[in-house]
Amino acid sequence: MAFDITIADLGDLVRGAALLGTGGGGDPAIGHTLVAEALRDAGTITVIDPDELSDDDFVIPTALMGAPSVLVERLPRGSEPVDALRALERHTGRTATATMPIESGGINSTIPLFVAAQLGIPVVDADGMGRAFPELQMETFAVYGVNGSPLAIADEHGHTAIVNTVANNKKMEDWARALTIKMGGVGYIAEYGMDGAEVRRTAIPRTLSLALRLGRTIREAREHHRDPVEALSELLPETLYHRGEVIFSGKIVDVERTTVEGFTRGKARIAGFGDEPECTVDFQNEYLVARIGDETRVLVPDLITILHLETGEPITAETLRYGQRVRVFAISTPEMMRTPAALETFGPAAFGLTEDFVPFERLARTGVR
Amino acid sequence: MRIGIDVGGTNTDAVLLDGHSVLAETKTATSGDVTSGIINAIDQLRRARPFETTSIKAVMIGTTHFINAIIEADRLCPTAAVRLGLPATASLPPLVGWPDRLIKATSGTGYLCHGGHEFDGRLISPMDRSELMRVIEDIHARGIRTVAISSVFSPVNAELEQEVASLVLEQIPGVHVSMSHEIGRMGLLERENATIINACLRELAEQVCTGLAATLREAGFTAPLYLSQNDGTLMDVDYAREYPVATFASGPTNSMRGAAFLSGLETCAVVDVGGTTSDVGILQSGFPREATAEVSVGGVRTNFRMPDVLSVGIGGGSRVRVRDDDVTVGPDSVGYRLREEAYVFGGNTLTATDLAVASGHTEVGDPSLVAQLDPSHVRAGLDRIAAEVAEIVDRMRTSPTPLPVALVGGGSILLPDELEGAAKVLRPDHFAVANAIGAAIAQIGGEVDRIFAVAPGKRDEVLDTAKQEAVDRAVAAGAEPASVEIVDVEEVPIAYLPGNATRIRVRAVGDLALRDL
Repeated sequence: MAFDITIADLGDLVRGAALLGTGGGGDPAIGHTLVAEALRDAGTITVIDPDELSDDDFVIPTALMGAPSVLVERLPRGSEPVDALRALERHTGRTATATMPIESGGINSTIPLFVAAQLGIPVVDADGMGRAFPELQMETFAVYGVNGSPLAIADEHGHTAIVNTVANNKKMEDWARALTIKMGGVGYIAEYGMDGAEVRRTAIPRTLSLALRLGRTIREAREHHRDPVEALSELLPETLYHRGEVIFSGKIVDVERTTVEGFTRGKARIAGFGDEPECTVDFQNEYLVARIGDETRVLVPDLITILHLETGEPITAETLRYGQRVRVFAISTPEMMRTPAALETFGPAAFGLTEDFVPFERLARTGVR
Repeated sequence: MRIGIDVGGTNTDAVLLDGHSVLAETKTATSGDVTSGIINAIDQLRRARPFETTSIKAVMIGTTHFINAIIEADRLCPTAAVRLGLPATASLPPLVGWPDRLIKATSGTGYLCHGGHEFDGRLISPMDRSELMRVIEDIHARGIRTVAISSVFSPVNAELEQEVASLVLEQIPGVHVSMSHEIGRMGLLERENATIINACLRELAEQVCTGLAATLREAGFTAPLYLSQNDGTLMDVDYAREYPVATFASGPTNSMRGAAFLSGLETCAVVDVGGTTSDVGILQSGFPREATAEVSVGGVRTNFRMPDVLSVGIGGGSRVRVRDDDVTVGPDSVGYRLREEAYVFGGNTLTATDLAVASGHTEVGDPSLVAQLDPSHVRAGLDRIAAEVAEIVDRMRTSPTPLPVALVGGGSILLPDELEGAAKVLRPDHFAVANAIGAAIAQIGGEVDRIFAVAPGKRDEVLDTAKQEAVDRAVAAGAEPASVEIVDVEEVPIAYLPGNATRIRVRAVGDLALRDL
């Protein structure tokens, strides 16, 4: 069902988006400020349900691509994502009737809202990752047959480029990444243009409203002196992400980080409060796998989040630090992200892990050695 | 000899130091006007221990005056903010998100101009001289007397900010300029905000610094005057006129540095127990560890170099409640009314201090007034205090190795001689005036914080360049060259950028070059 987003909703939305960022996705704080400024003029943004799209609606998702650490210094002009969308419209000869996130975790949950506020078009309540992933081909859109190409990318000078690699979405990622570097580390993109029927077939529905609900749930639980993580566990069964569970509580005792090919890789070790074996979480920008002792407990694409023990505030991989008291909270991904085709694109193997994916709710019961 | 003075919200503490020995210490009430409070503190010191003004080689002052001016939105002057970055950054112009009362108090006006750099040093766009001249004319016409200048990636390349600063100084007689690369670090909005805050304090700083210098001169002092900075180093009074913002967190920093000096520990946790809270910080190589997150000052997001401090609501005046056998302490406190309300002073409120006295651990007030307390409740209350403080200390650690703990502040009598997870617990002498001692012993520092492209095999070379730059900065600020040491090196690889882009931060610190007078 359609609903409006106002300035008052943004705090909850970005908190929920940070949770879905599973440790990565970029800090949504700047996105929050951007959308809040745009809403001072626009007032509200309309969010529509995928079921409300007609088959011939044309949806152009918009996003930011590149280094969050550049974004905090070279702030956007404000016209870049709209320029990218317009460039794609010119290239395809079709006009966007709505925009949509490609990624519901982290800062990219906010870019389509910024576009929508400027253009007065609605945002579709759906995305193609259902969380955060590091690369553009890691989309359910791609998995279920929508091409990312043609992609339009724009900088703050109003300069744009079109990347067309037809059905090779990984190559699109590589080329767009190269352009991003030339643009100073951050570019703004429009890609995966598709009609209403394709959105309904390939997108993960209601992830924007999910982010809003998750963020609101954490805040309201705190206001009522309830355990925010327990409140999250109660909320998730009402959604496509049918289960959320604390798999470990403890204190961070070590964080290792290295940079490999532009990605931050590393491992966090968490010691429990009793005699139980330690929990380790491996990350590559996002959290990829959580193990307790030598038992694997959660594997990508299931969501691993690390939350402050008391406040339930999500902690990103960049801000993990020795001594933090945390809970490792696992969330099962929607079934459409667990199919063989989906796992080939963003399952464990896509991140160089050798284990086969097993849904965390089954790992929790049996354990895998 | 040196004099160290810490002007806090309630008390002004002062010490007279000769080398490493404390000759005299005093505590007086802080006065509304900074200057007379300081003269009063010096008079008290002289009464405690007579000295010749000419034998004082340096006077060091820590003050909360400037941060209070921002919090109260008072005594600020009309300010302009000029940012170079167009066409980028236009979506979030200067002063975005500032509280209205601060914008009003500074008549804040923001200007966006072309310029700025990319992370790799390329220009975003060339600077446009005629555009800048129009902006400067407008600033002049509005009668604005202080200008904050920021430019995208100025921590990587500061040339453009410097060029604009000289243009502004040339065109507007008597104007003050503040440049963002000298004030904050990466993160344009936060750095720019800190620069604007600095700019709007420049006239007040001028006034206070001139007043202090003149007062000390009239009192017969010929020694140089220094103000303490957030990171525990000093700036001379002329530098303080230009960077008032650097004094913002000198309070907690001075108390930690004083604790390091008094305890002889270089790396430890410091617990400063006051009347209402216990503040815990970490010393690394004798300096407070800095907070990594943004710090909000008066409702404005900034990225000042501030010490990382975690507080818990436990102090000498914390109220103690006994329900059945459950004993709770704080977080509410009788605060400065301790001497009227606590049992040991004949009052009717059970406080943490009463527990410490009842345990026989310390003697304050009249111990007979707490003789009737149930020893098991006393024990339970004190155990609880120790456990909560120990947990905060543990949270602040960054490695599994237990740290020694130094206890300072008047309320530290509440804590036992052993804490869970602490390597050892020290209670140095003069603990009540650790903050003034921290001011008196402060050194001079220099810092580099930039993104470097680290080519394969060149890591050591890049680090050496960064270290030399930090050392040069410390010497330029007045450090004795032979004494300068690198105290902190931090490397953070940056995701999604090629060429092993790495953010490197280096801090160097040396002894103040004291002249014989």
